[in-house]
Amino acid sequence: MIEQSPAIIVLAPFLFSIIVAIVGVKREGICFPLVLLSLAITVAASVATLIQVVDTGPIRYWFGGWEPPMGIELRVDGLNALVALAVSIVSLLTAFYSKRAVPAELPDKVSQYYTLYLLLVTGLLGMVLTGDAFNLYVLIEISALTSYALIGMGSKRATLAAYKYLIMGTIGASFYLLGVGYLYIKTGSLNMVDIQGQIVANGLLGSPAIIVSFILIMVGVWIKMAFFPLHAWLPNSYAYGPTTTSALLGPLVTKVMIYVMIRMILTVFSPEFAFIELDWNNIVVWMSVVAILAGSISALAQTNLQKMLAFLIIAEVGYMVGGVWLADDMGMVGAIYHIIADAFMTLCVFLFAGIILTKTGKRDLSAMEGLFKKMPLTMVGFLVGAFSLIGIPPTAGFFSKWYLIQGGISSGQYEYVVALLISSLINAVLFFRIIEIAYFGTKPAEGHGHHHEEESAEGVTEAPFSMLFPLLATAALLLGIGLYNKEVVAIITDFVSQFNFGVIIP
Amino acid sequence: MEVFDAISAKFNYWIYIIIMMIGLYAMMSKNNLVKKLIGMSIFQTAIILFYVSIGVKEGATIPILYHEQVHPAHDSGHHGSDTEHAADEHVTAHATDLHIEPDQFTNPLPHVLMLTAIVVGVATLGLGLALTQKLYREFGSIEESEILESIKSAK
Repeated sequence: MIEQSPAIIVLAPFLFSIIVAIVGVKREGICFPLVLLSLAITVAASVATLIQVVDTGPIRYWFGGWEPPMGIELRVDGLNALVALAVSIVSLLTAFYSKRAVPAELPDKVSQYYTLYLLLVTGLLGMVLTGDAFNLYVLIEISALTSYALIGMGSKRATLAAYKYLIMGTIGASFYLLGVGYLYIKTGSLNMVDIQGQIVANGLLGSPAIIVSFILIMVGVWIKMAFFPLHAWLPNSYAYGPTTTSALLGPLVTKVMIYVMIRMILTVFSPEFAFIELDWNNIVVWMSVVAILAGSISALAQTNLQKMLAFLIIAEVGYMVGGVWLADDMGMVGAIYHIIADAFMTLCVFLFAGIILTKTGKRDLSAMEGLFKKMPLTMVGFLVGAFSLIGIPPTAGFFSKWYLIQGGISSGQYEYVVALLISSLINAVLFFRIIEIAYFGTKPAEGHGHHHEEESAEGVTEAPFSMLFPLLATAALLLGIGLYNKEVVAIITDFVSQFNFGVIIP
Repeated sequence: MEVFDAISAKFNYWIYIIIMMIGLYAMMSKNNLVKKLIGMSIFQTAIILFYVSIGVKEGATIPILYHEQVHPAHDSGHHGSDTEHAADEHVTAHATDLHIEPDQFTNPLPHVLMLTAIVVGVATLGLGLALTQKLYREFGSIEESEILESIKSAK
């Protein structure tokens, strides 16, 4: 059983999505327990896989026993196993939250919603675990198609956002597919490790076709992760979709795409090729600086809570892309650690935003007046997430920024360090503004709107347990990942140290 | 002349790039949401064409072994009278020293990959049309500018 754990991670949500689709139509009540059960199995399998990887090194799981490069393999190493665990825990916690949110927001679509939900999780976990470049394309499309549908189920504006996301997402995935095509022309293989073996064995690193394929794959992945100039699809999709969708997509989709970028750079192409041969590092780090600043400043201009958080994701994507392209061990460790930390802190604030929207019915920042008194526990959970996004110790966000800044200094990219610090300051401004409204917020004194305002705010009480539990659990996890960052970083360092970044950027 | 050679030798790449750019142009610049989806379909078809063209070799045939190649002509006549065991031995004996020239067969793998990509393309198109239909129900229009206008006026 234990040696099948990598396959169980992917197959559990997939098989249960079929069961939910068949059984759930007639009996909507059974959907939620089934989803919870399947994701619990996934989390257990992820934990088993991670333990196995830490104990015995990378796992190669051959599907049906067919040997690669002919067969398809799941390849799990330290990086994979950690990201897969983060993805499965985030999806489990979001599933908890969905118990009340989904029936309330989409009354007659519960079983369809949960089917798509599980398929999306399948796609994301498959992307994380697969060792096959074409398989990755199919899984990208599975997760993308389900997320368009999950967003499109929301309000009027969400439909338009989902349509735009569909157009942009298709362009991104198609570019990736083209890149894989050029790789296949040159190497005749689709298995990631085998591709790198062929490239090295045949001395193809300087070949124009390989460079073109790298460019195509990077552009495709950047579109998918909303790297700054290519981010236009993200804010509205995450702001207007159903709250469960935002809480699932916001933390996961962009982070998994960053994982794909790291996998492409390290395993398919080599760090020597990406960082030395191409010599793009300065350009990409500058692009990420622009992304960080643009994301943060746009977030500052928003009065809609969800939209503000969506722009923060764009800034966070800048952190991670920059961290990877610093071409430095420390930066890479920081970027990978930040994938995990950011998944949980984004989840925390998006769950909070979902609770606020469900409880007050408003997306505006002004909806949060006086909430510290009315929903103290929710605010405690939110505070931990906010502190983590600002980077206050001992939350996970502090340590990831710490490693990223160290990487920036040791590779000499000071502009990146400055951008990180400015962005942290802006985050502080953003979240202390919310804290101020929620703590000291006074009701507007205008005569007419006064009565109505008071009435709607009076009705607000503490969030129900099914919403509160995932929020507080995420907050606890953020503290846990922060306090035990040494253990997490040890796994990441172990993975990163097998690659040679010995690059000094002039 | 050199330019002409460069184009004619790799004309499949030129054609896929041209088709792809037509699709991309439609996706980016058309105002009508259905036209955008048509552009998307053209865009994806260009990539399918690219993949299919890289599997093709000049003078090659489909990658199927003919009966004569596996069972040479002299024993195909009394094949039926053989016991099953003997027939098995025949096949394995021939399979090991079967000489196959890879140049004679097109590469089937890119074509198989494209079957998956076609399915993905159909699913994307279907979802895109469903979203367009939902937009039409909600806004009464499938022109992007009119939809944006009605969102603005609703604010």
